[in-house]
Amino acid sequence: MSTVGWLTRGLGMSASRRRNWIAFFLFISPWLIGHAIFTWGPIVVSAWLSLTEYDLVNSPTFVGLDNYKELFLSRLFWQSLKVTFYYTFGAVPLSVMGALSVATLLNQKIPGLSLWRTVFYLPVVTSGVAVALLWSWIFQPSYGLVNIALYEVFGIQGPAWFFDESWAIPAFIIMSLWGIGGPMLIYLAGLQGIPTQLYEAAEIDGATGIHKFRHITLPLITPVIFYNAVMSLIGSFQVFTQSFVITQGGPNYASYFYVLYLYQNAFQYFRMGYASALAWILFCIILVATIVMFRLSNRWVYYETVG
Amino acid sequence: MGLLVVALGAALVLAPLLWMLSTSLKAEGMVMLIPPQWIPDPIRWRNYFDAFEFMNGITVYRNTITVTAVSMVGQLLASTLVAFGFSRVQAPGRDKLFILVLAGLMLPYQVTLIPQFSLFRKMGWVDTLLPLVVPAFAGGPFFIFLVRQFFLSIPLEMDDAARIDGCGYFGIYWRIILPLSRPVLGVVAIQTFMNQWNDFMRPLIFLHSSRNYTVALALRSFTADYGMTPWHLLMAASLTALVPCIVLFFMAQRYFIQGIVVTGMKG
Repeated sequence: MSTVGWLTRGLGMSASRRRNWIAFFLFISPWLIGHAIFTWGPIVVSAWLSLTEYDLVNSPTFVGLDNYKELFLSRLFWQSLKVTFYYTFGAVPLSVMGALSVATLLNQKIPGLSLWRTVFYLPVVTSGVAVALLWSWIFQPSYGLVNIALYEVFGIQGPAWFFDESWAIPAFIIMSLWGIGGPMLIYLAGLQGIPTQLYEAAEIDGATGIHKFRHITLPLITPVIFYNAVMSLIGSFQVFTQSFVITQGGPNYASYFYVLYLYQNAFQYFRMGYASALAWILFCIILVATIVMFRLSNRWVYYETVG
Repeated sequence: MGLLVVALGAALVLAPLLWMLSTSLKAEGMVMLIPPQWIPDPIRWRNYFDAFEFMNGITVYRNTITVTAVSMVGQLLASTLVAFGFSRVQAPGRDKLFILVLAGLMLPYQVTLIPQFSLFRKMGWVDTLLPLVVPAFAGGPFFIFLVRQFFLSIPLEMDDAARIDGCGYFGIYWRIILPLSRPVLGVVAIQTFMNQWNDFMRPLIFLHSSRNYTVALALRSFTADYGMTPWHLLMAASLTALVPCIVLFFMAQRYFIQGIVVTGMKG
Protein backbone atom coordinates (compact mmCIF):
# COMPACT_ATOMS: atom_id res chain seq x y z
CA MET A 1 0.00 0.00 0.00
CA SER A 2 0.93 3.64 -0.32
CA THR A 3 0.92 4.07 3.46
CA VAL A 4 4.69 4.38 3.66
CA GLY A 5 4.90 7.05 0.98
CA TRP A 6 2.05 8.76 2.68
CA LEU A 7 3.74 8.63 6.08
CA THR A 8 7.00 10.09 4.75
CA ARG A 9 5.08 12.95 3.19
CA GLY A 10 4.55 14.14 6.74
CA LEU A 11 8.29 14.85 7.08
CA GLY A 12 8.28 17.63 4.52
CA MET A 13 5.46 19.52 6.20
CA SER A 14 5.48 22.80 8.04
CA ALA A 15 5.45 22.62 11.84
CA SER A 16 1.77 23.43 12.24
CA ARG A 17 0.68 21.04 9.51
CA ARG A 18 2.81 18.33 11.06
CA ARG A 19 1.16 19.00 14.41
CA ASN A 20 -2.27 18.61 12.80
CA TRP A 21 -1.16 15.47 11.18
CA ILE A 22 0.06 13.94 14.44
CA ALA A 23 -3.14 15.01 16.22
CA PHE A 24 -5.16 13.36 13.46
CA PHE A 25 -3.38 10.07 13.94
CA LEU A 26 -3.73 10.24 17.71
CA PHE A 27 -7.47 10.80 17.42
CA ILE A 28 -8.06 7.99 14.96
CA SER A 29 -5.61 5.63 16.67
CA PRO A 30 -8.35 3.56 18.42
CA TRP A 31 -9.80 2.77 15.00
CA LEU A 32 -6.43 2.45 13.28
CA ILE A 33 -4.95 0.04 15.80
CA GLY A 34 -8.18 -1.69 16.80
CA HIS A 35 -9.35 -2.43 13.31
CA ALA A 36 -5.91 -3.52 12.15
CA ILE A 37 -6.09 -6.16 14.89
CA PHE A 38 -9.79 -7.05 14.88
CA THR A 39 -10.84 -6.45 11.27
CA TRP A 40 -8.22 -6.04 8.57
CA GLY A 41 -5.78 -8.58 9.95
CA PRO A 42 -8.52 -11.19 10.44
CA ILE A 43 -9.77 -10.61 6.87
CA VAL A 44 -6.40 -11.55 5.46
CA VAL A 45 -6.09 -14.50 7.84
CA SER A 46 -9.64 -15.63 7.04
CA ALA A 47 -8.94 -15.62 3.30
CA TRP A 48 -5.81 -17.69 3.89
CA LEU A 49 -7.55 -20.06 6.33
CA SER A 50 -10.24 -20.77 3.75
CA LEU A 51 -7.47 -22.42 1.70
CA THR A 52 -6.33 -24.63 4.57
CA GLU A 53 -7.41 -27.35 6.91
CA TYR A 54 -7.27 -26.04 10.47
CA ASP A 55 -8.60 -27.52 13.72
CA LEU A 56 -7.13 -24.94 16.17
CA VAL A 57 -4.80 -27.56 17.68
CA ASN A 58 -2.55 -28.43 14.74
CA SER A 59 -1.20 -25.67 12.57
CA PRO A 60 -3.10 -25.03 9.31
CA THR A 61 -2.19 -27.17 6.28
CA PHE A 62 -2.60 -25.69 2.84
CA VAL A 63 -5.16 -27.54 0.72
CA GLY A 64 -5.75 -25.06 -2.10
CA LEU A 65 -9.35 -24.79 -3.22
CA ASP A 66 -10.40 -28.10 -1.64
CA ASN A 67 -12.71 -26.46 0.90
CA TYR A 68 -14.58 -24.66 -1.86
CA LYS A 69 -14.80 -27.83 -3.91
CA GLU A 70 -16.10 -29.79 -0.93
CA LEU A 71 -18.65 -27.14 -0.15
CA PHE A 72 -20.17 -27.22 -3.62
CA LEU A 73 -20.50 -30.99 -3.38
CA SER A 74 -21.96 -30.95 0.12
CA ARG A 75 -25.64 -31.73 0.45
CA LEU A 76 -25.89 -29.75 3.70
CA PHE A 77 -24.38 -26.65 2.09
CA TRP A 78 -27.13 -26.61 -0.53
CA GLN A 79 -29.76 -27.44 2.06
CA SER A 80 -28.67 -24.50 4.25
CA LEU A 81 -28.71 -22.21 1.22
CA LYS A 82 -32.17 -23.44 0.27
CA VAL A 83 -33.48 -22.83 3.80
CA THR A 84 -31.94 -19.36 3.94
CA PHE A 85 -33.29 -18.32 0.52
CA TYR A 86 -36.75 -19.70 1.33
CA TYR A 87 -36.80 -17.66 4.52
CA THR A 88 -35.46 -14.56 2.74
CA PHE A 89 -38.02 -14.69 -0.07
CA GLY A 90 -40.78 -14.99 2.52
CA ALA A 91 -39.62 -12.60 5.19
CA VAL A 92 -38.23 -9.70 3.12
CA PRO A 93 -41.28 -8.93 0.91
CA LEU A 94 -43.73 -9.52 3.75
CA SER A 95 -41.89 -7.28 6.19
CA VAL A 96 -41.34 -4.56 3.57
CA MET A 97 -45.03 -4.53 2.61
CA GLY A 98 -46.37 -5.07 6.12
CA ALA A 99 -44.33 -2.22 7.53
CA LEU A 100 -45.40 0.11 4.71
CA SER A 101 -49.07 -0.75 5.26
CA VAL A 102 -48.88 -0.04 8.99
CA ALA A 103 -46.94 3.19 8.41
CA THR A 104 -49.47 4.36 5.80
CA LEU A 105 -52.34 3.65 8.18
CA LEU A 106 -50.61 5.50 11.02
CA ASN A 107 -49.95 8.45 8.73
CA GLN A 108 -53.71 9.02 8.17
CA LYS A 109 -53.90 11.45 11.13
CA ILE A 110 -55.09 8.67 13.39
CA PRO A 111 -55.66 9.71 17.02
CA GLY A 112 -52.91 8.59 19.40
CA LEU A 113 -50.15 8.29 16.78
CA SER A 114 -47.31 8.26 19.31
CA LEU A 115 -49.02 5.55 21.37
CA TRP A 116 -49.49 3.25 18.35
CA ARG A 117 -45.99 3.98 17.17
CA THR A 118 -44.64 2.94 20.56
CA VAL A 119 -46.68 -0.27 20.57
CA PHE A 120 -45.53 -1.33 17.10
CA TYR A 121 -41.96 -0.47 17.86
CA LEU A 122 -41.87 -2.25 21.23
CA PRO A 123 -40.98 -5.73 19.86
CA VAL A 124 -37.95 -4.25 18.11
CA VAL A 125 -36.29 -3.36 21.43
CA THR A 126 -36.75 -6.93 22.61
CA SER A 127 -34.51 -9.31 20.77
CA GLY A 128 -32.15 -12.22 21.10
CA VAL A 129 -32.57 -15.38 23.10
CA ALA A 130 -35.48 -14.21 25.28
CA VAL A 131 -37.57 -13.50 22.18
CA ALA A 132 -36.60 -16.77 20.54
CA LEU A 133 -37.72 -18.62 23.67
CA LEU A 134 -40.97 -16.65 23.76
CA TRP A 135 -41.78 -17.68 20.20
CA SER A 136 -40.94 -21.30 20.76
CA TRP A 137 -43.54 -21.20 23.54
CA ILE A 138 -46.09 -19.35 21.39
CA PHE A 139 -45.71 -21.95 18.61
CA GLN A 140 -45.66 -24.88 21.02
CA PRO A 141 -47.97 -27.43 19.28
CA SER A 142 -50.33 -28.38 22.11
CA TYR A 143 -50.34 -25.49 24.59
CA GLY A 144 -48.96 -22.57 22.61
CA LEU A 145 -50.93 -19.40 22.04
CA VAL A 146 -51.13 -19.75 18.25
CA ASN A 147 -52.58 -23.24 18.13
CA ILE A 148 -54.96 -22.56 21.01
CA ALA A 149 -56.23 -19.47 19.20
CA LEU A 150 -56.56 -21.37 15.91
CA TYR A 151 -58.60 -24.04 17.66
CA GLU A 152 -60.75 -21.81 19.85
CA VAL A 153 -61.53 -19.20 17.21
CA PHE A 154 -61.54 -21.11 13.92
CA GLY A 155 -61.84 -24.70 15.04
CA ILE A 156 -58.64 -25.56 13.15
CA GLN A 157 -56.11 -28.03 14.46
CA GLY A 158 -52.87 -26.07 13.97
CA PRO A 159 -49.65 -27.65 12.64
CA ALA A 160 -46.71 -28.58 14.84
CA TRP A 161 -44.82 -25.47 13.60
CA PHE A 162 -41.18 -25.75 14.65
CA PHE A 163 -41.56 -29.53 14.91
CA ASP A 164 -42.93 -29.91 11.39
CA GLU A 165 -40.61 -29.91 8.37
CA SER A 166 -42.96 -27.88 6.19
CA TRP A 167 -44.06 -25.40 8.88
CA ALA A 168 -40.76 -24.54 10.56
CA ILE A 169 -39.71 -21.84 8.10
CA PRO A 170 -43.20 -20.26 7.89
CA ALA A 171 -43.09 -20.05 11.69
CA PHE A 172 -39.73 -18.24 11.51
CA ILE A 173 -41.16 -15.87 8.91
CA ILE A 174 -44.20 -15.06 11.06
CA MET A 175 -41.86 -14.50 13.98
CA SER A 176 -39.78 -12.05 11.92
CA LEU A 177 -42.90 -10.02 11.14
CA TRP A 178 -43.20 -9.19 14.81
CA GLY A 179 -40.26 -6.83 14.25
CA ILE A 180 -41.77 -4.70 11.46
CA GLY A 181 -41.79 -1.73 13.85
CA GLY A 182 -38.22 -0.92 12.77
CA PRO A 183 -38.84 -0.43 9.04
CA MET A 184 -42.24 1.06 9.91
CA LEU A 185 -40.57 3.96 11.73
CA ILE A 186 -38.34 4.64 8.74
CA TYR A 187 -41.37 4.66 6.44
CA LEU A 188 -43.17 7.04 8.78
CA ALA A 189 -40.25 9.46 8.64
CA GLY A 190 -40.31 9.16 4.83
CA LEU A 191 -44.07 9.63 4.60
CA GLN A 192 -43.96 12.71 6.78
CA GLY A 193 -41.39 14.19 4.42
CA ILE A 194 -43.78 14.17 1.45
CA PRO A 195 -44.98 17.75 0.81
CA THR A 196 -48.71 18.08 1.54
CA GLN A 197 -49.13 20.41 -1.45
CA LEU A 198 -48.81 17.38 -3.70
CA TYR A 199 -51.83 15.76 -2.10
CA GLU A 200 -53.77 19.01 -2.12
CA ALA A 201 -53.09 19.50 -5.81
CA ALA A 202 -54.18 15.93 -6.50
CA GLU A 203 -57.40 16.44 -4.53
CA ILE A 204 -58.26 19.46 -6.68
CA ASP A 205 -57.88 17.17 -9.69
CA GLY A 206 -60.31 14.78 -8.02
CA ALA A 207 -57.91 12.04 -6.89
CA THR A 208 -59.18 9.51 -4.36
CA GLY A 209 -57.23 7.87 -1.52
CA ILE A 210 -56.10 4.95 -3.65
CA HIS A 211 -55.00 7.21 -6.50
CA LYS A 212 -53.05 9.44 -4.15
CA PHE A 213 -51.28 6.44 -2.68
CA ARG A 214 -50.56 4.91 -6.08
CA HIS A 215 -49.38 8.07 -7.84
CA ILE A 216 -47.87 10.22 -5.09
CA THR A 217 -47.00 8.24 -1.96
CA LEU A 218 -45.68 5.11 -3.59
CA PRO A 219 -43.32 6.75 -6.12
CA LEU A 220 -41.94 9.16 -3.53
CA ILE A 221 -41.40 6.45 -0.94
CA THR A 222 -39.58 4.02 -3.27
CA PRO A 223 -36.10 5.04 -2.02
CA VAL A 224 -37.17 4.10 1.51
CA ILE A 225 -38.70 0.83 0.32
CA PHE A 226 -35.45 0.07 -1.43
CA TYR A 227 -33.38 0.88 1.66
CA ASN A 228 -35.56 -1.28 3.92
CA ALA A 229 -35.49 -4.15 1.44
CA VAL A 230 -31.68 -4.14 1.25
CA MET A 231 -31.31 -3.98 5.05
CA SER A 232 -33.85 -6.71 5.62
CA LEU A 233 -32.18 -8.87 2.96
CA ILE A 234 -28.75 -8.55 4.56
CA GLY A 235 -30.24 -9.36 7.98
CA SER A 236 -32.11 -12.41 6.78
CA PHE A 237 -28.96 -14.00 5.32
CA GLN A 238 -27.40 -13.78 8.76
CA VAL A 239 -30.14 -15.38 10.88
CA PHE A 240 -28.58 -17.38 13.67
CA THR A 241 -29.89 -16.94 17.23
CA GLN A 242 -33.49 -17.98 16.47
CA SER A 243 -32.52 -21.13 14.64
CA PHE A 244 -29.87 -22.09 17.19
CA VAL A 245 -32.14 -21.59 20.19
CA ILE A 246 -35.46 -22.88 18.83
CA THR A 247 -34.81 -25.70 16.38
CA GLN A 248 -31.05 -26.33 16.17
CA GLY A 249 -31.68 -26.56 12.43
CA GLY A 250 -34.27 -29.29 12.69
CA PRO A 251 -36.52 -31.11 12.12
CA ASN A 252 -34.46 -33.02 9.57
CA TYR A 253 -32.51 -29.86 8.54
CA ALA A 254 -35.73 -28.07 7.59
CA SER A 255 -34.54 -24.89 9.35
CA TYR A 256 -30.81 -25.37 8.90
CA PHE A 257 -29.88 -21.71 8.29
CA TYR A 258 -26.61 -20.87 6.57
CA VAL A 259 -24.92 -19.20 9.56
CA LEU A 260 -25.92 -22.14 11.76
CA TYR A 261 -24.13 -24.43 9.31
CA LEU A 262 -21.11 -22.14 9.48
CA TYR A 263 -21.20 -22.04 13.29
CA GLN A 264 -21.42 -25.81 13.62
CA ASN A 265 -18.48 -26.39 11.29
CA ALA A 266 -16.34 -23.84 13.07
CA PHE A 267 -17.19 -24.29 16.73
CA GLN A 268 -18.63 -27.78 17.02
CA TYR A 269 -16.58 -29.74 14.46
CA PHE A 270 -13.61 -27.33 14.60
CA ARG A 271 -13.28 -27.23 10.83
CA MET A 272 -11.99 -23.67 10.79
CA GLY A 273 -10.75 -23.75 7.20
CA TYR A 274 -14.03 -25.05 5.81
CA ALA A 275 -16.01 -22.58 7.93
CA SER A 276 -13.84 -19.69 6.67
CA ALA A 277 -14.67 -20.74 3.11
CA LEU A 278 -18.35 -20.68 4.09
CA ALA A 279 -17.92 -17.17 5.50
CA TRP A 280 -16.43 -15.93 2.22
CA ILE A 281 -19.22 -17.49 0.21
CA LEU A 282 -21.67 -15.69 2.51
CA PHE A 283 -19.84 -12.43 1.89
CA CYS A 284 -20.08 -12.98 -1.87
CA ILE A 285 -23.78 -13.84 -1.70
CA ILE A 286 -24.59 -10.69 0.27
CA LEU A 287 -22.43 -8.59 -2.05
CA VAL A 288 -24.00 -10.01 -5.20
CA ALA A 289 -27.54 -9.72 -3.79
CA THR A 290 -26.92 -6.09 -2.87
CA ILE A 291 -25.44 -5.27 -6.28
CA VAL A 292 -28.35 -6.96 -8.04
CA MET A 293 -30.81 -4.97 -5.96
CA PHE A 294 -29.00 -1.74 -6.78
CA ARG A 295 -29.04 -2.60 -10.49
CA LEU A 296 -32.74 -3.42 -10.43
CA SER A 297 -33.46 -0.29 -8.43
CA ASN A 298 -33.02 1.93 -11.52
CA ARG A 299 -36.24 0.47 -12.84
CA TRP A 300 -38.48 1.29 -9.93
CA VAL A 301 -36.82 3.61 -7.42
CA TYR A 302 -37.61 7.27 -7.96
CA TYR A 303 -35.02 9.82 -6.87
CA GLU A 304 -35.95 13.45 -6.94
CA THR A 305 -33.18 15.33 -8.68
CA VAL A 306 -32.01 18.48 -7.00
CA GLY A 307 -32.19 21.78 -8.90
CA MET B 1 -61.85 2.00 9.87
CA GLY B 2 -58.14 2.76 9.79
CA LEU B 3 -58.16 3.05 13.56
CA LEU B 4 -59.81 -0.34 13.89
CA VAL B 5 -57.14 -2.02 11.76
CA VAL B 6 -54.37 -0.29 13.68
CA ALA B 7 -55.89 -1.32 17.02
CA LEU B 8 -56.20 -4.91 15.83
CA GLY B 9 -52.58 -4.88 14.67
CA ALA B 10 -51.49 -3.42 18.01
CA ALA B 11 -53.36 -6.19 19.82
CA LEU B 12 -51.56 -8.80 17.70
CA VAL B 13 -48.22 -7.16 18.48
CA LEU B 14 -48.87 -6.99 22.21
CA ALA B 15 -50.40 -10.46 22.58
CA PRO B 16 -47.07 -12.34 22.68
CA LEU B 17 -45.75 -10.07 25.44
CA LEU B 18 -48.93 -10.38 27.48
CA TRP B 19 -48.89 -14.14 26.96
CA MET B 20 -45.33 -14.15 28.23
CA LEU B 21 -46.31 -12.18 31.32
CA SER B 22 -49.30 -14.41 31.95
CA THR B 23 -47.30 -17.64 31.63
CA SER B 24 -44.57 -16.29 33.90
CA LEU B 25 -47.05 -15.92 36.77
CA LYS B 26 -48.62 -19.37 36.56
CA ALA B 27 -48.08 -22.38 38.76
CA GLU B 28 -46.44 -25.26 36.91
CA GLY B 29 -49.64 -27.26 36.29
CA MET B 30 -51.63 -24.21 35.17
CA VAL B 31 -49.40 -23.66 32.13
CA MET B 32 -50.94 -26.59 30.27
CA LEU B 33 -54.54 -25.62 30.99
CA ILE B 34 -56.93 -25.40 28.01
CA PRO B 35 -58.60 -22.97 27.54
CA PRO B 36 -55.76 -20.92 29.01
CA GLN B 37 -56.19 -18.42 31.81
CA TRP B 38 -54.96 -14.97 30.79
CA ILE B 39 -55.03 -13.81 34.39
CA PRO B 40 -53.62 -16.71 36.40
CA ASP B 41 -55.24 -17.77 39.62
CA PRO B 42 -53.32 -17.94 41.89
CA ILE B 43 -50.68 -15.46 40.76
CA ARG B 44 -47.27 -16.91 41.50
CA TRP B 45 -44.66 -14.18 41.87
CA ARG B 46 -42.28 -16.79 43.25
CA ASN B 47 -41.53 -17.97 39.69
CA TYR B 48 -39.33 -14.90 39.29
CA PHE B 49 -37.24 -15.79 42.33
CA ASP B 50 -37.06 -19.45 41.36
CA ALA B 51 -36.00 -18.59 37.83
CA PHE B 52 -33.44 -16.07 39.04
CA GLU B 53 -31.95 -18.64 41.38
CA PHE B 54 -31.98 -21.41 38.78
CA MET B 55 -30.12 -19.37 36.19
CA ASN B 56 -27.60 -18.22 38.80
CA GLY B 57 -29.01 -14.73 38.45
CA ILE B 58 -26.50 -12.77 40.51
CA THR B 59 -23.51 -14.02 38.54
CA VAL B 60 -25.02 -13.82 35.06
CA TYR B 61 -26.52 -10.38 35.58
CA ARG B 62 -23.26 -9.11 37.02
CA ASN B 63 -21.42 -10.43 33.94
CA THR B 64 -23.94 -8.97 31.53
CA ILE B 65 -23.97 -5.58 33.23
CA THR B 66 -20.16 -5.53 33.24
CA VAL B 67 -19.94 -6.38 29.54
CA THR B 68 -22.63 -3.87 28.62
CA ALA B 69 -21.31 -0.99 30.74
CA VAL B 70 -17.66 -1.39 29.71
CA SER B 71 -18.62 -1.71 26.04
CA MET B 72 -20.68 1.45 26.26
CA VAL B 73 -17.75 3.40 27.71
CA GLY B 74 -15.41 1.96 25.08
CA GLN B 75 -17.75 2.61 22.19
CA LEU B 76 -18.54 6.18 23.31
CA LEU B 77 -14.86 7.07 23.76
CA ALA B 78 -13.57 5.42 20.61
CA SER B 79 -16.32 6.47 18.24
CA THR B 80 -16.18 10.12 19.33
CA LEU B 81 -12.36 10.34 19.27
CA VAL B 82 -12.13 8.77 15.83
CA ALA B 83 -15.07 10.79 14.50
CA PHE B 84 -13.41 13.96 15.81
CA GLY B 85 -10.23 13.10 13.92
CA PHE B 86 -12.19 12.48 10.75
CA SER B 87 -14.29 15.63 10.97
CA ARG B 88 -12.37 18.41 12.72
CA VAL B 89 -8.64 17.83 12.28
CA GLN B 90 -7.19 18.82 8.89
CA ALA B 91 -4.82 16.19 7.56
CA PRO B 92 -3.90 15.18 4.01
CA GLY B 93 -5.64 12.02 2.84
CA ARG B 94 -8.15 12.16 5.67
CA ASP B 95 -11.24 11.64 3.56
CA LYS B 96 -9.63 8.86 1.56
CA LEU B 97 -8.87 7.03 4.78
CA PHE B 98 -12.48 7.47 5.83
CA ILE B 99 -13.54 5.29 2.91
CA LEU B 100 -11.70 2.49 4.67
CA VAL B 101 -13.88 3.08 7.75
CA LEU B 102 -16.97 2.79 5.58
CA ALA B 103 -15.62 -0.37 3.96
CA GLY B 104 -15.80 -1.97 7.41
CA LEU B 105 -19.58 -1.52 7.24
CA MET B 106 -19.91 -3.81 4.24
CA LEU B 107 -18.28 -6.77 5.89
CA PRO B 108 -20.42 -9.47 7.50
CA TYR B 109 -18.95 -10.19 10.94
CA GLN B 110 -18.83 -13.93 10.17
CA VAL B 111 -15.77 -13.32 7.99
CA THR B 112 -13.60 -12.06 10.85
CA LEU B 113 -15.08 -14.28 13.56
CA ILE B 114 -12.86 -17.32 13.09
CA PRO B 115 -9.49 -15.51 12.98
CA GLN B 116 -10.64 -13.44 15.96
CA PHE B 117 -11.43 -16.59 17.88
CA SER B 118 -8.05 -18.05 17.04
CA LEU B 119 -6.36 -14.79 18.06
CA PHE B 120 -8.19 -14.54 21.39
CA ARG B 121 -7.42 -18.18 22.03
CA LYS B 122 -3.70 -17.57 21.59
CA MET B 123 -3.91 -14.58 23.93
CA GLY B 124 -5.64 -16.73 26.56
CA TRP B 125 -8.75 -14.55 26.45
CA VAL B 126 -11.22 -17.32 25.64
CA ASP B 127 -13.59 -17.94 28.55
CA THR B 128 -13.08 -14.41 29.87
CA LEU B 129 -15.22 -11.34 29.25
CA LEU B 130 -12.39 -9.59 27.39
CA PRO B 131 -13.31 -10.69 23.81
CA LEU B 132 -16.77 -9.19 24.36
CA VAL B 133 -15.60 -5.77 25.54
CA VAL B 134 -12.17 -5.00 24.07
CA PRO B 135 -13.31 -4.68 20.42
CA ALA B 136 -15.68 -1.89 21.51
CA PHE B 137 -12.62 0.26 22.22
CA ALA B 138 -11.76 0.17 18.52
CA GLY B 139 -15.01 1.97 17.65
CA GLY B 140 -17.69 0.43 15.46
CA PRO B 141 -17.52 1.73 11.84
CA PHE B 142 -21.19 2.47 11.92
CA PHE B 143 -21.03 4.55 15.11
CA ILE B 144 -17.95 6.40 13.83
CA PHE B 145 -19.90 7.27 10.70
CA LEU B 146 -22.93 8.39 12.68
CA VAL B 147 -20.96 10.56 15.11
CA ARG B 148 -18.86 12.07 12.32
CA GLN B 149 -22.01 13.14 10.48
CA PHE B 150 -23.18 14.84 13.64
CA PHE B 151 -19.83 16.56 14.28
CA LEU B 152 -19.81 17.89 10.73
CA SER B 153 -23.03 19.75 11.49
CA ILE B 154 -21.38 21.76 14.31
CA PRO B 155 -20.00 25.08 12.95
CA LEU B 156 -16.20 25.21 12.68
CA GLU B 157 -16.21 28.73 14.20
CA MET B 158 -16.74 27.03 17.56
CA ASP B 159 -13.30 25.45 17.22
CA ASP B 160 -11.67 28.71 16.19
CA ALA B 161 -13.16 30.55 19.15
CA ALA B 162 -11.94 27.86 21.52
CA ARG B 163 -8.49 27.91 19.95
CA ILE B 164 -8.22 31.66 20.54
CA ASP B 165 -9.08 30.93 24.17
CA GLY B 166 -6.09 28.58 24.26
CA CYS B 167 -7.73 25.20 23.74
CA GLY B 168 -5.80 22.46 21.94
CA TYR B 169 -7.49 19.75 19.90
CA PHE B 170 -8.24 17.66 22.94
CA GLY B 171 -9.73 20.65 24.75
CA ILE B 172 -11.97 21.36 21.76
CA TYR B 173 -13.04 17.71 21.69
CA TRP B 174 -13.72 17.44 25.40
CA ARG B 175 -15.07 20.87 26.30
CA ILE B 176 -16.75 22.07 23.12
CA ILE B 177 -17.77 19.24 20.84
CA LEU B 178 -18.78 16.52 23.31
CA PRO B 179 -21.12 18.73 25.36
CA LEU B 180 -22.85 19.77 22.13
CA SER B 181 -23.28 16.18 20.98
CA ARG B 182 -25.60 14.73 23.58
CA PRO B 183 -28.23 13.54 21.08
CA VAL B 184 -25.78 11.46 19.08
CA LEU B 185 -24.02 10.19 22.22
CA GLY B 186 -27.41 9.02 23.44
CA VAL B 187 -27.98 7.10 20.21
CA VAL B 188 -24.55 5.44 20.41
CA ALA B 189 -24.97 4.55 24.09
CA ILE B 190 -28.41 3.04 23.61
CA GLN B 191 -27.56 1.10 20.47
CA THR B 192 -24.46 -0.32 22.16
CA PHE B 193 -26.50 -1.26 25.20
CA MET B 194 -29.05 -3.09 23.07
CA ASN B 195 -26.42 -4.87 21.00
CA GLN B 196 -24.43 -6.07 23.99
CA TRP B 197 -27.34 -6.92 26.26
CA ASN B 198 -28.96 -9.11 23.63
CA ASP B 199 -25.87 -10.51 21.96
CA PHE B 200 -25.85 -14.27 21.77
CA MET B 201 -23.35 -15.54 19.21
CA ARG B 202 -20.24 -13.96 20.70
CA PRO B 203 -20.91 -15.06 24.29
CA LEU B 204 -21.77 -18.51 22.94
CA ILE B 205 -18.43 -18.73 21.18
CA PHE B 206 -16.16 -17.06 23.70
CA LEU B 207 -17.59 -18.07 27.10
CA HIS B 208 -17.47 -21.69 28.20
CA SER B 209 -17.77 -22.03 31.96
CA SER B 210 -21.08 -21.16 33.57
CA ARG B 211 -19.55 -18.67 36.00
CA ASN B 212 -18.77 -16.46 33.00
CA TYR B 213 -22.18 -16.77 31.35
CA THR B 214 -24.18 -13.75 30.31
CA VAL B 215 -27.95 -13.66 30.66
CA ALA B 216 -28.48 -14.71 27.03
CA LEU B 217 -26.45 -17.88 27.58
CA ALA B 218 -27.99 -18.67 30.95
CA LEU B 219 -31.50 -18.49 29.50
CA ARG B 220 -30.68 -21.44 27.33
CA SER B 221 -29.80 -23.62 30.30
CA PHE B 222 -33.50 -23.94 31.21
CA THR B 223 -34.25 -26.05 28.16
CA ALA B 224 -31.01 -27.98 28.33
CA ASP B 225 -30.90 -28.89 32.03
CA TYR B 226 -34.54 -29.51 32.84
CA GLY B 227 -36.13 -32.65 31.38
CA MET B 228 -39.37 -31.02 30.28
CA THR B 229 -39.26 -27.31 29.51
CA PRO B 230 -40.48 -25.37 32.57
CA TRP B 231 -42.31 -22.73 30.53
CA HIS B 232 -43.46 -20.72 33.56
CA LEU B 233 -39.87 -20.28 34.82
CA LEU B 234 -38.48 -19.80 31.34
CA MET B 235 -40.95 -17.00 30.60
CA ALA B 236 -40.23 -15.38 33.98
CA ALA B 237 -36.51 -15.41 33.24
CA SER B 238 -36.95 -14.20 29.64
CA LEU B 239 -39.24 -11.38 30.65
CA THR B 240 -36.78 -10.31 33.35
CA ALA B 241 -34.07 -10.18 30.70
CA LEU B 242 -36.23 -7.98 28.46
CA VAL B 243 -37.32 -5.56 31.19
CA PRO B 244 -34.16 -3.37 31.12
CA CYS B 245 -34.54 -2.90 27.35
CA ILE B 246 -38.22 -2.07 27.65
CA VAL B 247 -37.69 0.35 30.54
CA LEU B 248 -34.83 2.02 28.69
CA PHE B 249 -37.04 2.33 25.63
CA PHE B 250 -39.77 4.12 27.56
CA MET B 251 -37.25 6.38 29.28
CA ALA B 252 -35.35 7.34 26.15
CA GLN B 253 -37.79 6.83 23.30
CA ARG B 254 -36.52 9.94 21.55
CA TYR B 255 -33.03 8.46 21.18
CA PHE B 256 -34.34 5.12 19.95
CA ILE B 257 -36.49 6.77 17.33
CA GLN B 258 -33.71 9.13 16.24
CA GLY B 259 -31.37 6.18 16.10
CA ILE B 260 -33.64 4.09 13.95
CA VAL B 261 -34.57 6.91 11.64
CA VAL B 262 -30.98 7.99 11.12
CA THR B 263 -29.59 4.52 10.95
CA GLY B 264 -32.48 2.36 9.91
CA MET B 265 -30.85 -0.42 11.83
CA LYS B 266 -32.42 -2.65 14.38
CA GLY B 267 -31.08 -2.27 17.91
